[in-house]
Amino acid sequence: MTQARTCFHCAEPIPAGATFTADVAGTPQAVCCLGCVAAAELISEAGLADFYRFRTAAAPKPSEAAEDVWSTYDRPDISAPLLGQEDGHAVVNLLIEDTRCAACSWLIGERLKRLAGIVRADMNPATGRAQIVFRRNRIGLSSILRTIASLGYRPHVLGAADTLEIATRERRRALKRLAVAGFGMMQVMMIATGLYVGAHQGMDPIIREYLRITCLVITAPVLVYSGRPFFEGALAAIRSRHLGMDVPVSIGLLLAFVASAWNTLNQRGEIYFDSVTMFIFLLLLSRYIEMGARHRAGSTAEALLRLVPSMAMRILDGQRERVAVSTLQAGDRILVPAGECFAADGRVVEGTTEADEALLTGESMPVAKVPGATVVAGSMNLGSPVVVELSAVGQSTVLAGIVRLLERAQAQRPRIARLADRAASWFVTRVLLGTMAVAVVWWWIDPSRAFEATLAVLVVTCPCALSLATPTVVTAATALLARQGLLVTRADALETLAQTDHVVFDKTGTLTLGTPRLVRVDSLNGNPQDILPVAAALERASEHPLARAFDAVPSDVSVSEVVIHAGQGVEGMVAGERVRIGTEDFVTALAGKRPTTLSEASVYLGTATGWRAALHFGDTLRPEARAVVASLRGRGLTPHIASGDHAEAVRNVALELSIDDAKARMLPAEKLALVQDLTARGHRVLAVGDGINDAPTLGAASVSVALGSGSALAQASADLVALRSNLSTLPLAVDTARRATRIIHQNLVWATVYNVVALPVAALGWVPPWLAAVGMSVSSLVVVLNALRLTRTTAPDAVAGATKVAFVP
Amino acid sequence: MSIIFLLIPLGLVLVGFAVWAFFWAVGDGQFDDLESPGWSVVAEDSPSAGPQEREESP
Repeated sequence: MTQARTCFHCAEPIPAGATFTADVAGTPQAVCCLGCVAAAELISEAGLADFYRFRTAAAPKPSEAAEDVWSTYDRPDISAPLLGQEDGHAVVNLLIEDTRCAACSWLIGERLKRLAGIVRADMNPATGRAQIVFRRNRIGLSSILRTIASLGYRPHVLGAADTLEIATRERRRALKRLAVAGFGMMQVMMIATGLYVGAHQGMDPIIREYLRITCLVITAPVLVYSGRPFFEGALAAIRSRHLGMDVPVSIGLLLAFVASAWNTLNQRGEIYFDSVTMFIFLLLLSRYIEMGARHRAGSTAEALLRLVPSMAMRILDGQRERVAVSTLQAGDRILVPAGECFAADGRVVEGTTEADEALLTGESMPVAKVPGATVVAGSMNLGSPVVVELSAVGQSTVLAGIVRLLERAQAQRPRIARLADRAASWFVTRVLLGTMAVAVVWWWIDPSRAFEATLAVLVVTCPCALSLATPTVVTAATALLARQGLLVTRADALETLAQTDHVVFDKTGTLTLGTPRLVRVDSLNGNPQDILPVAAALERASEHPLARAFDAVPSDVSVSEVVIHAGQGVEGMVAGERVRIGTEDFVTALAGKRPTTLSEASVYLGTATGWRAALHFGDTLRPEARAVVASLRGRGLTPHIASGDHAEAVRNVALELSIDDAKARMLPAEKLALVQDLTARGHRVLAVGDGINDAPTLGAASVSVALGSGSALAQASADLVALRSNLSTLPLAVDTARRATRIIHQNLVWATVYNVVALPVAALGWVPPWLAAVGMSVSSLVVVLNALRLTRTTAPDAVAGATKVAFVP
Repeated sequence: MSIIFLLIPLGLVLVGFAVWAFFWAVGDGQFDDLESPGWSVVAEDSPSAGPQEREESP
């Protein structure tokens, strides 16, 4: 095992030369930066060092010397609408980003409880939500937010009530329904066993009637309470004039129950209470698990939408004022501090900076912004504060446009769902017509046997096995994948995933980690090894994201008179010579025109006497990317890259992964076109991405996977969400989907064969209803057990390179 | 066999109690978070004072 030097707090590599140590519980620990020193010592001083023992994922890296943006939250006009009341205390709901495991929420909860004035702090690690009850006269909202931020997490205020409560209510209701159905099913099954045995061995008629009435008494509340969602769904389907799957379920349940109740009260014939309760329970169970996956995916999506700021600093007649973003208008001027997101689209009028537009364009490098340059809402100001004159706000921003594009792509999807519904209603119509025909024919032949034969047909053809065939498999597969950190958000995703033959990757943040890395130095004259220390020494002074690529380069060169030109580069004196590192224009200003012998790159180094070197940067490939791509290819999927990044970066990644089809500088619309073109040629396309610019692509693809660290919209439109921000679950997902589809087909064939064989036999009156009920139960059982095979077989080992948790003893 | 005339209603009462207890647990939020309460057992060993003690200190 290599002893890589990683930060004790955030587990990122410690840059060479950095000598930060944090005193954690009396032991000095090496950390990577001042921010981590502060966070680790804060945690230790608060007696919370246990966090490092119990965590299962590295802590987020705190931002150094972040400007205090929280104090505004103490202004009554801003905090009032965000706060609720509980027992005379103030309540606030927070969404805390970057919480990674249960230990994170424990840490936040414990730290908050130590603040004076906090009554209660409840954290839910699954959703990243926190509800905090506090005394307003003892502590301000800003102190709470500042404390969370100082631990390295990013808090967002959600307000007093939010969708979380709606989801919680929905989940609690579903859980209660499930419990009632489960308890009822157990009781009825137990008694039904007695009845079946009694039917063979002989049973006192009084006891028999007594047991049957007991079944009725138990089943009635189960049907009314637990079965309600099916009846409501069926009513809604009938009102909208097309038969959904809820309709046959409801008819089956109602008829079986009414017939059983009728037979119970008349003390003759068969009862099917066991089938009714079991049917309700199994259907509710699969719906419950699907709901859980949906909620979780939805809350992550909503979480990231909140990254667009809610407040902005407006400049009016030279006066600065913090206002809500919703009150901004085109033409307003706002001041955007470094490290904050632009609240709306606009044009820079004062100052120069760099913006991170990776979320919107896929461009991995920061884009220089000088006066006159346009900035877009949602991108982040990385360099220095700038004044922006707004050109578009709210719904007219580029971001909102992309959202609409995404919504359109999503609106096109449910065609498959409608098709499935049509098939279901076709099936239901035929079953109902068939049952009626049987009833009429038997009424004509022998009225005394008509009811029994009709009931037998109804019970036998009850779409139990047929309707369980798919959901149980989907549920089993969903649960299997969820344990591997992959959430299935759409039920039909697995079936489509099993058929995919092409996979389109985004590059930045998907195949790569999204952090820059120095790839190559082209030196004009002299050894690159002499150039690097100079470049590194200059970049040490810079806060630029590219500068981090030099962290690992050792340098003992002393630099003086360092001047940072935002958006251009760094200038300094090295060994009595003026040196510039930065963009082509920046270096040209000092060194003259670029010699053609020097290759084209994003960063150059030059002196007053001439050009020295071209520095090529690349993104770091995800460690598991190569294995995953190879493994997907082995499964018959053709990989493609569609990136918004520049050609060189894309080519490098494509070469490393030996992907032939790699397209660079693609706009969202072009990516969409690529996917649509593949789809039009009859291929099934799997799209993997993370940026907002990928959202339309993800929506248009046959099936899509979003990585957990990605943006809100991508997750909202994706069929699967990888919570661990890791590609290595992809081959497993494809395998599981294929196995699931195979089992679904087996189940459907079994259910169809069973129905086809049983229907005519029952229609001929050869099947007594009790045998029909047993047959139906057994056929459902076969289907369920077959589905559960999915979870029993051991999962194929995930591709090597999965995120290893840094665990410091 | 006539004992079942007593035992089955008794069983139903128990089931009713179980359902009531489960409803209470769901309403109390015990199923809302199935992960972090498990950690509270190990976390309790920390040398820190709990929030309750803190509440009472002036």
